[in-house]
Amino acid sequence: MKTLRCFGLFLFVCMIGLLPAHANDHESAGEKSTVDVQEIVFGHIRDAYEWHLFTYGDAHVSIPLPVIVYSANTGWHVFSSSHLSHGEEYEGFYIASEGNYAGKVVEKDAQGNEARPFDISITKTALSLMINSLLLVIIMVGVARWYKNRKPSSEAPKGFVGFMEMFVMMIHDDVIVSCVGKDYKRFAPYLLTAFFFIFINNLMGLVPIFPGGGNVTGNIAITLFLALMTFLAVNIFGTKEYWKEIFWPDVPTWLKVPVPFMPVIEMFGIFTKPFALTVRLFANIMAGHAIILSLVSIIFITASLGAVLGTSMTVISVLFSIFMSCLEILVAFIQAYVFTMLSAVFIGLARVHHEEHA
Amino acid sequence: MELLTPDFGTFFWMLVSFIIVLAILAKFGFPALVNMVNERKQYIDDSLKSAREANEKLSHIKEESESILVEARKEQARILKEAMETRTQIVNEAKDKAKAEGGRLLEEARKQIQKEKEDAIRDIRKQVAELSVEVAEKVLRKQLSSEMEQNGMIERMLDEVSDSKK
Repeated sequence: MKTLRCFGLFLFVCMIGLLPAHANDHESAGEKSTVDVQEIVFGHIRDAYEWHLFTYGDAHVSIPLPVIVYSANTGWHVFSSSHLSHGEEYEGFYIASEGNYAGKVVEKDAQGNEARPFDISITKTALSLMINSLLLVIIMVGVARWYKNRKPSSEAPKGFVGFMEMFVMMIHDDVIVSCVGKDYKRFAPYLLTAFFFIFINNLMGLVPIFPGGGNVTGNIAITLFLALMTFLAVNIFGTKEYWKEIFWPDVPTWLKVPVPFMPVIEMFGIFTKPFALTVRLFANIMAGHAIILSLVSIIFITASLGAVLGTSMTVISVLFSIFMSCLEILVAFIQAYVFTMLSAVFIGLARVHHEEHA
Repeated sequence: MELLTPDFGTFFWMLVSFIIVLAILAKFGFPALVNMVNERKQYIDDSLKSAREANEKLSHIKEESESILVEARKEQARILKEAMETRTQIVNEAKDKAKAEGGRLLEEARKQIQKEKEDAIRDIRKQVAELSVEVAEKVLRKQLSSEMEQNGMIERMLDEVSDSKK
């Protein structure tokens, strides 16, 4: 109860500190600085060639990231994204402001049309992906190091290693072993990696300051890749029974010949499964980011509408943001869990054996 | 819409990062942990099993020792009983023997006494006979001092003899 009161007081002080400053900003800047929520939200969710840290007054502080492009005409180009800021052109490349390639690095081809080069720039998403991957590797290898030079008869780990052990074994036993079935050993490393990869990216996405905050698992390329991995695992290791159930399922014959209704539906199912995995993870995380950012934006929109409305809405917005952040932590876990579990279930279904089926 | 079209660059870096992470974790990360947990589980199971066995063995030993104790107690009782019996027997035997010995001694004494008595009686008889003969002699001498009396005597005696011969 006491902590709650302290917290309320803290929020109040923050608001008092915040509001007059913004009011002054608004007056000095005149009417031009209306808050563009769409730009804020999509600017975050979209990938970017630089990592925008904060804006101080009129100065945008960003970390420039390397742009790596290959143009069919001029070959490889590697340069800092700072050359491209504010629509500048560098070595024939610039960031398109509109059209199909809005926000992407483009060049002009011979006809003068905008063309997209082969682009493997280390964008904000790619960099956060790398940071999070490194973090995951450090955490996991660090945890695994504890087990070196220890015997099964030594004491169980405590603290962080103990927590990670419990976490890993929960996923391993409750999800992988129970869903994949008897030859789970072959798939356990992939599924565990997928879980912790998604989980750490989800969590880091919720951290609002530099190393975190990237919208990694809310990027469809990332989730598409993960779903493809599952797709490959399912279809490469699928048993004969699995393929038989697709092309010659146990249904009345008229559903299979002459018009192969069921095989077509089953074939369709092969591709809808990874598609569902892709979209579920991507949409959940992206929506979470969008909602939190929108709630935070409420503060700045209502601040320009007057002190009373601004103050009350700020309180509501902060409370909602806290609630959403907590919810997103839950979602971060649930989505990683769901992705892993569905992957495990799909793999388990593809590993059917005749005796189990009979 | 841009959000829904996967970007190749991101996909490429994801491929690289994920494959590296997967390779490292599959080699150095998860197997160590999972194997250790499984081995520990095995170890705990084994320990529990051996503890149970040891417990069983202990209770078995306890039972055995108890049965040995009971046996020993029984044996002790048996030995005590036997000893008591032997004692009684010995005492009885001794008593019997003593009794018999006593009886024998008594008998012997009695016999001795009897003999002594008989001897004494015989002696007395002899003396009585001698005395009576002497007395009779003295009496006869006194009575047969006259001839007539002597003849009368002879007559009477002859009569007696002839009477007795009849």
